[in-house]
This record gives sequence, C-alpha cells and structure tokens, in this order.
Amino acid sequence: MRHIISILLENEPGALSRVVGLFSQRNFNIETLNVAPTEEPSLSRLTVTTVGDDRVIEQITKHLNKLIDVVKLVDLTEGNHIERELMLVKVKALGAARDEVKRTADIFRAQIVDVTPSVYTVQITGDGGKLDAFVQAMAPIGILEVARTGVSGIARGDKLLSL
Amino acid sequence: MELLSGADMIARFLKDEGVERIYGYPGGAALHIYDALFRQDSVQHILVRHEQAATHAADGYARASGKPGVVLVTSGPGATNAVTGIATAYMDSIPMVVLCGQVASHLIGEDAFQETDIVGVTRPVVKHSFSIKHPSEIPEVLKKAFYLAATGRPGPVVVDIPKDMTAPTERYEYVYPKKVKIRSYNPVTRGHTGQIKKAVEMMLKARRPVFYTGGGIVTGRASEALTDLVQRLGFPITTTLMGIGGYPQGDRQSLGWLGMHGSYEANMAMHHADLIIAIGARFDDRVTNNTSKFCPTAKIVHVDIDPSSISKTVRADVPIVGAAGSVINEMISLLQARESAAPEALAEWWQSIDGWRAEREGKLYEPSKPGEALKPQEVIEAVYRATRGEAFVTTDVGQHQMFAAQYYKFAKPNRFITSGGLGTMGFGFPAAMGVKLSYPQDDVVCFTGEGSFQMMMQELSTCKQFGAGVKIVNLNNQSLGMVRQWQDLNYKSRHAHSYMESLPDFAKLIEAYGFTALKVETHEELAPALERAFADTNELVFLDIYVDPFEHVYPMQVPLGSMRDMLLSKTERT
Repeated sequence: MRHIISILLENEPGALSRVVGLFSQRNFNIETLNVAPTEEPSLSRLTVTTVGDDRVIEQITKHLNKLIDVVKLVDLTEGNHIERELMLVKVKALGAARDEVKRTADIFRAQIVDVTPSVYTVQITGDGGKLDAFVQAMAPIGILEVARTGVSGIARGDKLLSL
Repeated sequence: MELLSGADMIARFLKDEGVERIYGYPGGAALHIYDALFRQDSVQHILVRHEQAATHAADGYARASGKPGVVLVTSGPGATNAVTGIATAYMDSIPMVVLCGQVASHLIGEDAFQETDIVGVTRPVVKHSFSIKHPSEIPEVLKKAFYLAATGRPGPVVVDIPKDMTAPTERYEYVYPKKVKIRSYNPVTRGHTGQIKKAVEMMLKARRPVFYTGGGIVTGRASEALTDLVQRLGFPITTTLMGIGGYPQGDRQSLGWLGMHGSYEANMAMHHADLIIAIGARFDDRVTNNTSKFCPTAKIVHVDIDPSSISKTVRADVPIVGAAGSVINEMISLLQARESAAPEALAEWWQSIDGWRAEREGKLYEPSKPGEALKPQEVIEAVYRATRGEAFVTTDVGQHQMFAAQYYKFAKPNRFITSGGLGTMGFGFPAAMGVKLSYPQDDVVCFTGEGSFQMMMQELSTCKQFGAGVKIVNLNNQSLGMVRQWQDLNYKSRHAHSYMESLPDFAKLIEAYGFTALKVETHEELAPALERAFADTNELVFLDIYVDPFEHVYPMQVPLGSMRDMLLSKTERT
C-alpha cells in the first residue's frame, strides 16, 4: 500500500542524505520526495511517498525515527489528510492543438502560465492521480517536458505535525 | 574565561570527559590536534600501526569497560582505513567516538590532497556524525558525540574536523558542557508497564519457556538483574554470541548459546518452546535460521531499547521498548508481588532439556590421543583451565571464534570480546591490545588463526612500544578453516583459496619484535607451553599451536531449516 510520510527534519547539512541513504541502505522504496524549509528556520519538512506492506512501513517509520536529525514524523495515510502535488508541463501547441490544450487545461482546472507561438506551459495541482490523468490526456497532443514537485501533504482538522 | 584553540579544546575536552587513552595515527589534517596532545599529559595516545587497529583497540576497550572507545585519525586514507572498525562497532552496538582530521574548510570539495567525504563514506555505519563548522562549537559537538555514542542503543559517532577549525591562532572561550540536550533524541529507559505485566502473566503460564538474551544485557549492564530474574523463575536461558557472559554459563539453567553453531540443547529448546522471552537480542539470521520455520509453537516477548529491532525479522507478540535492566527489574517486582508458578509446572520441560543434553554428552568432539594432532576444541579447554576461566578473551573470525565461544565458559559479562555482527577478521589482536592496556592486571587472551592474525599482525610493534602483554593463541590449521568447512559441505571439498601456503615462520616473526613465541605441534607440548605462556601476565607470548586441519565446527544449522535442523558431526544430523 502507498503511504505518505511527513518528517520534520533538522535543517542541518547532510540531514537529507541520511534520510535518502536510509531508504537505499535498507531496501525501502521512494516514489516521490519533497523537501523545503518550514516557518521555523531550524526545521525542514520532508514528505516521502513509499510503498510497502504494514511490516515494511513499520520498519520505515521506526528507522526514520532513529535518525538523530529526524525530530518528528507522521504517516499521513493513517488518517484523513490533504495531498497535493504541483506539476508544470510543456506541451506542443500548434494549430488546432492550441485550443485542445486550453480546453483540457480548463477541464482539469489547470492554468497556462507561459506561452510561445508553439508551446504552452501548463501548471496543475492536485493529488498524484489527477496529475497522472492530465499527463495521459495531454500525451496524444505531444508533451515536451514534465516537472513534478512530488507529493506534499498535511493532516485534516486539528491534527498537527509541529514541535 | 579561558581562550583555547580548537586543537587545545579537543585535548582539554577529552581530559574533562574522563578519557584516559585514545588510539590513533597522525597525518597532515590532524597535526594541530597532535600538537595539542603533545603539550598535555592527561590523555595517553597509543600510536597504532594501521588505523583499522585503532578502531578495534578502542572497540575492545569499550566492550570490556562499557565506556566509549576513542579514536583519532587524519583525513583521507587515515579515515577510510578506520571504516571497517567503525562498521564493526556499529553492527555490535559498541560506543565509540572517532575524531577525523579533514582538509581545511576552503578546500572541501576540491579533491584536495588526502580529502575524503568521510561523513558520507561512513553514513550507513554510524549512529550519527558531525562536521565541525566553527571552532567555538567543538566542546558542545564533542559532548553530543560522547552522549550519543554511549546512551540508548550505543554505537560509533564520527566527528569530522577540518584543519582550520583547530588552528592554533584562532582561540575561543572553552567551557566543558556538563550536560547536553538533543531535541530529537530521547532514548527510552522504562518499558510500558502494561506490556511488562502482560509478559509476566505469560511467563507464569508458560510450560516450555526459554530466555533468549543478547548483547543488550552486556551493554545495558543488566547481567545481575537478569540472573536474578532467570533464577527466580527457574527457566532455561540461552544467549546469543554477543550475549555470552550475560548469564553465568556454568549454571544449570544455562543452555549455552544458540544459533548456527549454538548448542544442541539451546536450539532444540528454542524450537520446542511455547514462550520465548527475548531481551536485548535482535533475531538475526545467524540465530533464527529460516524465519518462516522459526520456533513454530512459541509466543514471543521481545524487549529491546531500539524499537526498530522489534518485529524486524520475527514478529513479536508482546513488544516492549525499554532498557533491559529497567524492564527486568520491573518484571522482578511484579513477580515478587505474585505467587510464583509451582516448580512442577516446568518439570516436564526440564526433563526434555536434560534429555537433549544427555544425547550430546561426551559426543561434542573426539579429543586427540598422544601422538595425534591436537584438536582446536581441546586447546580452548586447556586455555580455559590455565586462566581459571577468568581471562578477557578476544577472538578473530572463523572456526577458532566458534570454538572459543563453545569451549571457554564465561561466568561474567564483558569478558568475551568478538566481532559478532560484521565478522571482521583482524579484530581480535588489536582488540586484545586495547583491553590489556586498560586492564594490565588481567590475562587477556586472543584466540586467532593464521588467516586472521596476518590481517593485523603489524600491531606487534604497537604492543612492543606500549608494553601490551597479550597472549596470542594461534590455532594454526594452515587453512582458512571456516571457509574450508563450507567448501567441504557445499562445494564437494573444492578448496578454492582457503589454503594458507607460504605461511611465515611465526616464531621468527614474533621474535623479530623481541617477544616470545612457542610452537606446539604435539599433544604433549601443550601443557608446558601454556604454563610458560601464562607465567607472567604482562609478557606478550605467541602460541603457535598446530591443530587438526580437518576439524569442523558442530553443531551447524542446516541452511533454510528450522532451529532444530542441525548437522551434529561429519556423519550425524538431526
């Protein structure tokens, strides 16, 4: 099963490599990885999506917790949560395809954020499934480049991941 | 207010931390630190002949004393040479602090002379690592390093120190930090009381219980508490290789150690148990054999300070995260408040165990007769008698290691010092040196083989310089015995590179360093040689003992089988 694990990490040099190294060292999977500083300058928030059965996920969270640089973590998939990913897609936009791209972007509530005579750059946010569907819809028209941020997430309601 | 350079802070910190001795090797990036060590006399520096030996010596000291071993090496090759020793300590959860010189900050990343990203190289084999970014942070970082190394589940910590951080001209305020706090690191001590109660209830109801305890008893200093608990309950106990000495091996309730080359009765008892109480052990593959066939009828209570050890390979029915000593003491107080189970309840179980014991009694190996080649097992037994079972024993890796564990009976913890997890050949001799320098009154015996010894024999020179009188017992079978055993069993005796031709004349080699070497080739020569070797505790003596090269280590678990599937000799199996 797919899990989204969010981690508060010491904002120290090398901390990220410890997390990433742990996954390869212990033969765990990383599907997406997203990391950025938080409002508290000493902390980064890192979100990783991974796949595994309960035993594997238990080992992943235990080993992550053991890393000295990991301050706190939560498996968001254990409760209600919001999952978002941002994607920028460059699509060929010539002739009739120009309208088609625009229409499809509207259906997905995506925005065209850059335009040249032959290319549209589309920005779309949503969960992983929505982004996959958009890529599929655009494929026949001609995708030139895709940049995805990887999943970020947060628990619904009052639940917090903070110090 | 005291102003010190980074280098002087390091020397002073070691003194303030109570470190008496460190092991190391100088080089460019570490020279400011070496100069600071030269100008003080509180901390003794032992100059090894290879950085790997520095880590093993510090490791040996740590295993004997329970305190962190300390290593100082230079950047690049100095640090990479230490990696095997760091990994050895990591696998066995040994507290160690490794200070590595590094090229100056402005050169990092430029492939400077003797530059290696040692924090990167060691990342998978350390508990944690630090890079010094400013000289003023040295005292706090070092305090954190020692704190992390020695608390919770112990392990090695690397501190990378760029040369400009120790420059004599840059001085900052030094205060010894008495305490340190790391917000993301709060190792548990007490276990969950509800879970401990549950475990105790199961223990009182069990009919075929076995304690299975590991290195956590030794590092957690829980040996006395464990002995009390086990004797109170009257249960049998088996330990892992790392847990040897955690419970006195001569006691009737002790089944010896378990696993691949563990005792017949220990493995049989595990297989037939209805309750396994694992404390400070990690169900590794050399213990469990095939996990899908592991102890089919047992419920499992697993106590460990490291949550990630629990249910890693074998699912625990009652997981208890906590320090061994604290959890055991809580179990004892719960038991004191309870009526204990009637001893008859275990009578049938002990009958089975005594039966397994009797089956193998006197059949473990065939002792040599006068005129025949010595058996390695009887050499261990003779050394056991010669040292009254009281020596610190280190080993290298291979057949001699297993024989030492099987035939030297340990009554106390911290006495059997072996590379259990990583299985590092070359560990034994420098580890013995590290023990001997801190325990000069005790006999320190290194059981080794001619393969392992040749990996670290340059340390004879260190022993000479610092007067480390260890006793080296070389079980010379002119081959890499354990490799050869596997080739006999699995490769139709095709001995691919497990021979040891062109062995040196060890006696001459040892004598070149000014030490005594005794060659023992026959049965009759053994007793007088041992008497001579142990006459003076402080004299380094090398015993080159020729043993039967065809001997195998048994019992040996059958690959992919259960705990009870064992080869018992070259011709018998369960």
